[in-house]
Amino acid sequence: MSDMTANAPVVPAGTPSRRPPITVVGPVAWAKASLFSSWWSTAVTLALIYLLARWIVGFVDWAFLNAIWSVPVTNGQAQTQACRALNGAGACWAVITEKHRFILFGTYPYEEHWRPLVCIFLFIGLYVVSAMRRFWRKELALIWAATLFIIGLLMWGGVFGLTYVPQERWGGLVITLILATFGIAFAFPLAVLVALGRRSKMPAIKMLCVVYVELIRGVPLISLLFMASVMFPLFLPEGMNIDKLLRAQVAIILFAAAYLAEVIRGGLQALSRGQYEAADALGLSYWQRTLFIILPQALRLVIPPLVNTFIGMFKDTSLVLIIGIFDLLTAGKTAIVEPAWQGFGIEVYVFVGVIYFIFCFAMSRYSQGLERDLNQHRVR
Amino acid sequence: MKPLRLATLRALGAVAIATAAALPAMAQQAAPAPAADTLGAIRARGTLICGVNTGLAGFAQPNSQGAWQGFDVEYCRAIAVAIFNDPDKVRYVPLTAQNRFTALQSGEVDMAARNTTVTLSRDTSLGFDFPAINFYDGQGFMVKASLGISSAKELNGATICVQPGTTTEQNLTDWARAANIQFTPVVIERVEEVVGAYAAGRCDAYTTDVSGLAATRSAQPNPAEHQILPDVISKEPLGPFVRQGDPRFADIVRWTHNAMLAAEELGITSANVDEALGADARPEAQRLLGKNGGLGQMLGLDNAWAANIIKKVGNYGEIFQRHLAPIGIQRGPNAQWTNGGLQFSPPFR
Amino acid sequence: MSDMASDPRFLRAPPKRGMRLSWADERFRAIIWQVLIVGVVVGIVWWLVGNTRHNLEVRRIATGFGFLSREAGLPIAEHLIPYTPASTYARALLVGVLNTLKVAVIGIVLATVLGTLIGIARLSKNWLLSRIAATYIEVIRDLPLLLQLLFWYTAMQMLPGPRQALHPVEGVFLSNRGLRLPWIQWEDAHSFALLGLVAGAVVSVFYARNARAKQMQDGQPRKVWPVAVGLVIGLPLVIWAAWGAPFQGDIPALRGFNFQGGLTVSPEYFALLIGLVTYTAGFIAEIVRAGIQAVPQGQWEASEALGLPRGRIMRLIVLPQALRVIVPPMTSQYLNLTKNSSLAVAIGYQDIVSIANTTLNQTGQAIEGIAIIMAVYLTISLSISLFMNWYNARIALVER
Repeated sequence: MSDMTANAPVVPAGTPSRRPPITVVGPVAWAKASLFSSWWSTAVTLALIYLLARWIVGFVDWAFLNAIWSVPVTNGQAQTQACRALNGAGACWAVITEKHRFILFGTYPYEEHWRPLVCIFLFIGLYVVSAMRRFWRKELALIWAATLFIIGLLMWGGVFGLTYVPQERWGGLVITLILATFGIAFAFPLAVLVALGRRSKMPAIKMLCVVYVELIRGVPLISLLFMASVMFPLFLPEGMNIDKLLRAQVAIILFAAAYLAEVIRGGLQALSRGQYEAADALGLSYWQRTLFIILPQALRLVIPPLVNTFIGMFKDTSLVLIIGIFDLLTAGKTAIVEPAWQGFGIEVYVFVGVIYFIFCFAMSRYSQGLERDLNQHRVR
Repeated sequence: MKPLRLATLRALGAVAIATAAALPAMAQQAAPAPAADTLGAIRARGTLICGVNTGLAGFAQPNSQGAWQGFDVEYCRAIAVAIFNDPDKVRYVPLTAQNRFTALQSGEVDMAARNTTVTLSRDTSLGFDFPAINFYDGQGFMVKASLGISSAKELNGATICVQPGTTTEQNLTDWARAANIQFTPVVIERVEEVVGAYAAGRCDAYTTDVSGLAATRSAQPNPAEHQILPDVISKEPLGPFVRQGDPRFADIVRWTHNAMLAAEELGITSANVDEALGADARPEAQRLLGKNGGLGQMLGLDNAWAANIIKKVGNYGEIFQRHLAPIGIQRGPNAQWTNGGLQFSPPFR
Repeated sequence: MSDMASDPRFLRAPPKRGMRLSWADERFRAIIWQVLIVGVVVGIVWWLVGNTRHNLEVRRIATGFGFLSREAGLPIAEHLIPYTPASTYARALLVGVLNTLKVAVIGIVLATVLGTLIGIARLSKNWLLSRIAATYIEVIRDLPLLLQLLFWYTAMQMLPGPRQALHPVEGVFLSNRGLRLPWIQWEDAHSFALLGLVAGAVVSVFYARNARAKQMQDGQPRKVWPVAVGLVIGLPLVIWAAWGAPFQGDIPALRGFNFQGGLTVSPEYFALLIGLVTYTAGFIAEIVRAGIQAVPQGQWEASEALGLPRGRIMRLIVLPQALRVIVPPMTSQYLNLTKNSSLAVAIGYQDIVSIANTTLNQTGQAIEGIAIIMAVYLTISLSISLFMNWYNARIALVER
């Protein structure tokens, strides 16, 4: 900056600095360059503006101007005639007013809803802490373990005067967060082992890992969930049985691990050979080399794709709908089973969609920013 | 996507062959199931685990507070009262049409009250017992009244909405073949979706149990626009079911149902049961309420079990009135035998 | 891609003496580890299989694939091969596989087209277009596909009934019963003409290759297109004419409950296809954008300096280079689309998952049903991988 002022021509004091003509900078010039640069571009812009305006007016009418926010309740029965009279011209947000606690918390005991609510905030806190680079250390694993432990404690209860709540009663948003987060937390160590195994010199181990990864990645998650739901009980010895939620969780962990393993393998491959050579030259053993030299660097490299995998997992947990677990989407759909509320699916989908979007959008923004930062560092 | 190498393919092939080889090995002759003590397990655990529908208006659905309620749910509560004298000592496990059978087979639930049709193959090869039939149903059709048809025979060429994997689907094809009717099926798994599809006009007709049709019809914005055709194409006796090989627990389920029926027949309700306990001199009422006869002990329960069920849950007529009447289901074949229905309790003696 | 293990620089000099039976010997350790781990895995599998066998016996669940030849009795709305409820389970499952392929193949083509268009729109100089494309990509990728499918299916049902069907062009009807298009009455002549078309295309490809090879030898460019047009268009026409040139229009018309005649696209298929295509296009757009941006600006400038027109620069210079970046991630999107088509079960399109699911519910044979689903998807996934690997290898050869 100082160089530039030094070289700038001397301007007599008192002369007002002249702004460049409005046709070169400023909003008009910008509009000309990026909206109306040619007849083709102009046509596209005008058409898009028209469509956008129509859509926005329609949406505002539906979502706000014509919407109904609550309906009277007599004898415990909601009177939804007003909503039905709208006939689709406006949204019936009353269904959300009435059912939002069911959608968010499912069949969790009504008086205890503060517990899943605290858990949701703990999850969000955990994501925020993990996103901050100053926490990217070994202690992060401890933070995760501690938080997940507290969440388990809060959800189950049975100690410190909290009443015990069995897993069948858990539901709503917290199930989505649990399935995704525990899925990643347990899949991660497994994925590291599988990724290392796939690059191992030992043929039998390499083969096992390859088969595992390709087998899982070759089939849809839905078939694994069916397996967890219908077949898994047959695998266990008689009398021993695992809760439905836990079975779905195991399926999600196995599924996530295969995808994570490929992401981590990408990081291992991206490391320069010098790192391996240097470690070998120091006479480090395989585990020393892997734990202290290779993994810390490789894992740092793969954080953006790791976040993307997590977003994918987060969205994919919605598939448990098909095996009857009350996650966010299932709870939303079950909320409109009650005869009075049948037919207000769009409102519920919008509500549920907004929740999914907030989480995924925040994470994807974060991962994009991170990718840019890390790439800048590498380009230099 | 990392390119698949030949090694991978070879490995996958090996796994496929191994799986194919392992499957016939699993095909072994069946051995008799060992006796189990479900009642003991429930007592030791302190709660009954009851499988219910994932959401079917009137039969089982969570309310806005997340508490399960419905006709089937009352059966879970009644059995919890019979065992623990507490209707809330139940854990509900929502079951889909797919996993209801494995869930019970594997012991994930103690019993299922999930509107399931009693059939011979379910009773035998799937390894269940159906101790009671708590709802007699039949499959019918609902159409828009504006179509102006009066019999299912006129449905030739129609599009029909149906849920897959149930007896409903098979009945429909059997009936269409017998009646020589061509139709286009729309097969949707979840009940909300299939009802939505019908209501939106995706199908000309919706077929399911008549009770379900009545419930769907009453939930429509204008029920008069829909018409349930008089043809009933199948018998659908629905009932709670338990694992085969535990007659004691099956007896408890059977007699819980019978107790609720007998109470209705004798006019004993949750409102007057206390009074009846003191004043009712009819011998059958006295045996039912546990004042003499010691019937409860024969089942391995407290003698006051039936009185407790009536007090805390209600008799059959009451729970029907509470959950099914509001959605427009008539007693019909589920009336007491004294009123020309099929519901009939063997004597308490 | 190259493995450490296969790189000679990382292999230690082979020990001169034979393997010692001691923990200090690396090779000995490796063998022990492998035996141990494989042993544990085999042990777990053995235990699971043992349990399963026991459970199947105790619960008297029938096993084996005998049910495949039994009568299915399940109604299927859309089938590419003849099917009635009296057909066997095997045939029902085959119908399901074909339905899965039908949605996957068409979905892949449409998603590629839409995704490429959006990817290019994202790079447009028009700010509004670029922003809308970016918003589309972001929103579509941040919502679960299942939610989107349910949304599309609900939207599809809001269309008017058959009697009030939207009727933009003569013979085309859009209603909540799906899309009806005019079609021709299919006869043998059409099948043979279709075969002729395929044969003509194959021969054209070989002719083009041959011409290219000859051009390499003598430098003489040969015109390929007249021959290709003759083979691809002329041959089917000749065949069709030889069979008497039958042409009978099949125009949909409202009769009874619904439209009769014409070509039908059911709402279930339509909703699934739209959902899959719009969702996957969001991902493909990003891949295409990254691929085009990965080609250095210098390539454009150098080609312009050579005097090549813009279209040829794109076709001959930029696209081949972009493709090398695009193809591997595209493969995984194609695989994802195929696997995601299994969500059809939620909106009532009868794909393999839906039919296998019904089958396992009716027969009670869960293991066989799920094994079939997995085998089908593994086969499809491997085929797509193999094809894309072959294609990838081909375009990679451009590098000399």
